Amino acid sequence: MSTQAASGPAISAHNLTRRFGKLVAVDHVSLDIPRATIYGFLGPNGSGKSTTIRMLCGLLRPSEGECTVLGHPVPREAEALRMKIGYMTQRFSLWEDLTVQENLDFIGRIFGLDGKLRTTRIDERLRQYHLEDRREQRAGTMSGGQKQRLALAAATLHEPELLLLDEPTSAVDPQSRRDFWESLFELVDRGTTILVSTHYMDEAERCHGLAILDRGRLAAEGSPRQLMDSIGAVVIEIEADDVRAARRALDGQEYVKSVAQLGNRLHALLDPQRQDPEENIRALLAKQSVQGKVERVRASLEDVFVAATGFNADDESSSKQAVA
Amino acid sequence: MSRIFAIATKEIRQLRRDRLTFGMIVGIPVMQMLLFGYAINFDVRGLSAGVVDEARTSMSRALVADMQASGVVKVTEHAASIGELRRSLRSGDVSIGVYIPADFERRRLIGDRPLAQLLVDGSEPTIENIARAFVAMPLPQRDGVYGNSARQVFEVRTEYNPEKRTAVQVVPALIGVILTMTMTMFTAVAIVRERERGNLELLITTPASSLELMLGKLVPYVFIGLIQTTLVLLLGVLLFHVPINGNLFAFYFAALLFIAATLTLGLIASTVAETQMQAFQMSVFVLLPSILLSGFIFPFDGMPQVARWIAQLLPLTHFVELVRGIVLRGAGLAELQVPIYKLLAFTAVALTVVTLRFHKRLD
Repeated sequence: MSTQAASGPAISAHNLTRRFGKLVAVDHVSLDIPRATIYGFLGPNGSGKSTTIRMLCGLLRPSEGECTVLGHPVPREAEALRMKIGYMTQRFSLWEDLTVQENLDFIGRIFGLDGKLRTTRIDERLRQYHLEDRREQRAGTMSGGQKQRLALAAATLHEPELLLLDEPTSAVDPQSRRDFWESLFELVDRGTTILVSTHYMDEAERCHGLAILDRGRLAAEGSPRQLMDSIGAVVIEIEADDVRAARRALDGQEYVKSVAQLGNRLHALLDPQRQDPEENIRALLAKQSVQGKVERVRASLEDVFVAATGFNADDESSSKQAVA
Repeated sequence: MSRIFAIATKEIRQLRRDRLTFGMIVGIPVMQMLLFGYAINFDVRGLSAGVVDEARTSMSRALVADMQASGVVKVTEHAASIGELRRSLRSGDVSIGVYIPADFERRRLIGDRPLAQLLVDGSEPTIENIARAFVAMPLPQRDGVYGNSARQVFEVRTEYNPEKRTAVQVVPALIGVILTMTMTMFTAVAIVRERERGNLELLITTPASSLELMLGKLVPYVFIGLIQTTLVLLLGVLLFHVPINGNLFAFYFAALLFIAATLTLGLIASTVAETQMQAFQMSVFVLLPSILLSGFIFPFDGMPQVARWIAQLLPLTHFVELVRGIVLRGAGLAELQVPIYKLLAFTAVALTVVTLRFHKRLD
């Protein structure tokens, strides 16, 4: 796996753009993904995560811009990449009417693994991903978590340098998700670079590097920590007995960019230019005679996501302002 | 090579588990065989005819002119001898032969025997009926020429299918109909299904090339096609006593050529269709004109020009010509070069279209 000394980034993209008719699915995205790291694409459905991944593995041609993957310009040299990358599609794309063993055997043959090597690799993967006792089971009859482990086993059978995982955990229970991420870290330890798209905050937080995508644009990029530290907003937490009244009290204030309820607490994102944000909020609450505790807190990744994607995902105009 | 083998193995495994499709491989030929073999009986215009006129009298020319005037036949060939006429019949150039013997005038005056002979290609349906109509045709009435007009003009001789059984005409060509149906549909559906289920997105990110993907998918269907061919032929021989006058090797060669043509047709369908339902509809879209225009039921000669042009584009047309020539008329491959080249040309053009249309990409 880590045979060659890593030189340069695993993936580097410049102004990568993809249009489908009038729709701009990916809009001038530029990024560099270092080797042997887990890099995450965080974004809601339709933010361009899958389209970007598909361009990176040569399945879609970019309308504009260029990308280099493991030193190969794509899509021109996409065929040369096939042996070096593993791709796990969003949907389970192995054959449901074949057994676990048959699926892996087929993938092994397609990747040109010879008899003995193929057998040992398959045994190794079955053990690694706890599928040994499922060998003769048809893939279609397995649970979401099992299917996903099988898909990962298939994608890593030829020991690729780069793994592209498109929402691998969208149909999986929380325990399986945790196990899955453990196995991803094991792969990174052995030198594999992993690009994973997700819409789960907890998964995004586990990545070494993170790109937040919003309607095709790169809204923010950095490590989760950097992103949380450099959020372009002040985060105020309000703990109130009457949360709904507190929320109404904050309504209509231009400097309150977003309010989200978490149980009996509110997370308000305020304009960072605002002086004394805590005092301002306290005054607003007092005016409506709402009792509550107001405290400035550290941003969570969700706050970062809300701030980066324009505070209000369903209000088009305000979001454009905020990102600009 | 090992990748093609891997893909073919996978395909066969999946096929074995897909009971419905597996059943259809046997079910379609058997059902069609029984349907067409037992239920179908077959009127026609513009049949190509060859004439041997050994009499060369004004009366014999009037007879041929009257036959043409009826619109049923069109004389395309004047042969020198009955042997030459038989050769044209055998190669399929003409489907009906008119033989007017040298003693035509004598026969006309004495009236003890029919005046002339009709040679009919019994491997094609309905031509038989036409011959029967000519038997009832009255002797031409011309000023100054007299004869007993109540007398029978023609004696009919049916070549290659003396018992005049529809099954004999239908069964060999039915192989082609069944193959058109199953080969086009199965390949189109097999590929579109993988696209629909998302398997293709995974397959195209593997090192397998487009050619390997295509060939791997086609190989199992070549065998299925040969199994179906054998099944129909066996049923034809056992149930309907279809004679196999030609060479079996030539027959299987023709079958293979046709299977290749229909498989590539299925591949084209698969590059256009997005869902299995669309793939299925497209195969029906090909099947219908194939059945109607290929000469399987209606003689090719009786069709308007446009229909003939369309028929030339359908591989079944050429296969029907080939298979009737081989199985019923005992013709060899050398005599049937034209349909062989047409089938090869079809496959080559179709393959080019497919390779131009199929990319290892999603856009």
